Amino acid sequence: MSVKQGLLALLAEEPMYGARLRSEFEARTGGTWPLNVGQVYTTLARLERDGLVEPVGGSDDEGRIAYRLTDAGRTEIDAWWLTPVDRDSTPRDELVIKLALAVTAPGVDVPRVVQTQRTATLKHLRDLTRLKSRASDEPDAHDLAWQLVLENLLFAAEAEVRWLDHVESTLSRMPAAAVRRAPTVDDVAGSPAALAKGASA
Amino acid sequence: MSTDPTPVLVLDHVSRVHGEAETEVVALSHASLTVARGELVAVMGPSGSGKSSLLNLAGGLDRATSGRVVVEGVDVTSLDAKGLAALRRRSIGFVFQDLNLIPSLTAAENIGLPLELDGWSVRRARSQALDALDRLQLRELADRFPDQMSGGQQQRVAIARALVGERTLVLADEPTGALDSHTGEGVLKLLRQRCDAGAAGLIVTHEARHAAWADRVVFLRDGVIVDETGAAPTADSLLAEAR
Ligand SMILES: Nc1ncnc2c1ncn2[C@@H]1O[C@H](COP(=O)(O)OP(=O)(O)O)[C@@H](O)[C@H]1O
Ligand SMILES: [Mg+2]
Repeated sequence: MSVKQGLLALLAEEPMYGARLRSEFEARTGGTWPLNVGQVYTTLARLERDGLVEPVGGSDDEGRIAYRLTDAGRTEIDAWWLTPVDRDSTPRDELVIKLALAVTAPGVDVPRVVQTQRTATLKHLRDLTRLKSRASDEPDAHDLAWQLVLENLLFAAEAEVRWLDHVESTLSRMPAAAVRRAPTVDDVAGSPAALAKGASA
Repeated sequence: MSTDPTPVLVLDHVSRVHGEAETEVVALSHASLTVARGELVAVMGPSGSGKSSLLNLAGGLDRATSGRVVVEGVDVTSLDAKGLAALRRRSIGFVFQDLNLIPSLTAAENIGLPLELDGWSVRRARSQALDALDRLQLRELADRFPDQMSGGQQQRVAIARALVGERTLVLADEPTGALDSHTGEGVLKLLRQRCDAGAAGLIVTHEARHAAWADRVVFLRDGVIVDETGAAPTADSLLAEAR
């Protein structure tokens, strides 16, 4: 997803100025995706060029121009809601790469790497939990958006801890020699990393 | 919240060894841990790592092979069986995975039982039990028997029992084990509230989502505390981090 779809979604509700688009975007994504006004205007210019939005009349007394969706813009955003997010193109996770390297690199204390990360992730989870416990019991639509974002971060952190537990128990069941052995080309060819590479190519 | 700086629970190099020589099992080895008033501490670790051992030692249900266990300034290791039982009834509340509610007693009677055992009149015990239920907003369950309550309700009653009277130390061993995730989270909220109101809590859990309600997490592996998350940060740094 990009800022583009975010702005189209907001403009589908009503015409807005750039500054308002920016503040709505931030509020509605729970502040997890800060934008600057420059990004908003560049994106609006591109959307206008592509015929997805158009200005509503001229600028007002303060020089602001409101934008609205064109029919093409509405078609675009309607299609976006129902298009699954493409997981192949998500950025690679540094932690996964780090651990994949750690189990094959000589001299790395892998259990310690796992433990250090788990402690950090649990702290993050605790902090998210605190934020969530302060959230309103009777949320309005904006609170709800924020809560959903928080929940998503919570689930992600929780999944990471579970995965780390899994890595730890897998390692503890393996003879130390097997963990530290340098991989051969054959190992790598059939490895999940190689498969993932194939899938996203 | 009380400003009393004496920690509610101190474990000082506590070890617990079962059996002897070749059959020796070290359940816990030189564990040191302090829990203050207002604090909730979670204990995590693989199965067999010594979590229950640590909790049972903290609650005086088991005796340390070496080291000191101090509850409310009292060295538990120096108490005789009678003194220990009295301390447990007065200061320590337990929540076990199997809730241990007595089927023939109502919720209020179950909660008041430890007080009655401690010599309180039935009437005073009941009034304290109702207070405990009120604090957890469970008053309507007072006269129900365990089989007339849902699992989640029974769990909350077990917690009310752990919190009745002046109990300052709450120990919970996987208290959310049999509960669905929503109810489980409710249990953690309750423990959190009690700790915020001045109790000290120690809870064993294998769920990160539940441990996240604690101020600190202690990790055990093979009977040794291998790591501990630091104390909770301030609200400001929280908000900054969430972005
Ligand atoms: N009464 C006992 N006799 C012998 N070994 C015991 C006893 N209680 C616990 N253990 C051993 O001590 C270790 C820690 O047990 P426990 O504290 O129950 O772990 P956890 O709660 O983390 O699963 C385990 O290896 C267990 O088998
Ligand atoms: Mg256990």
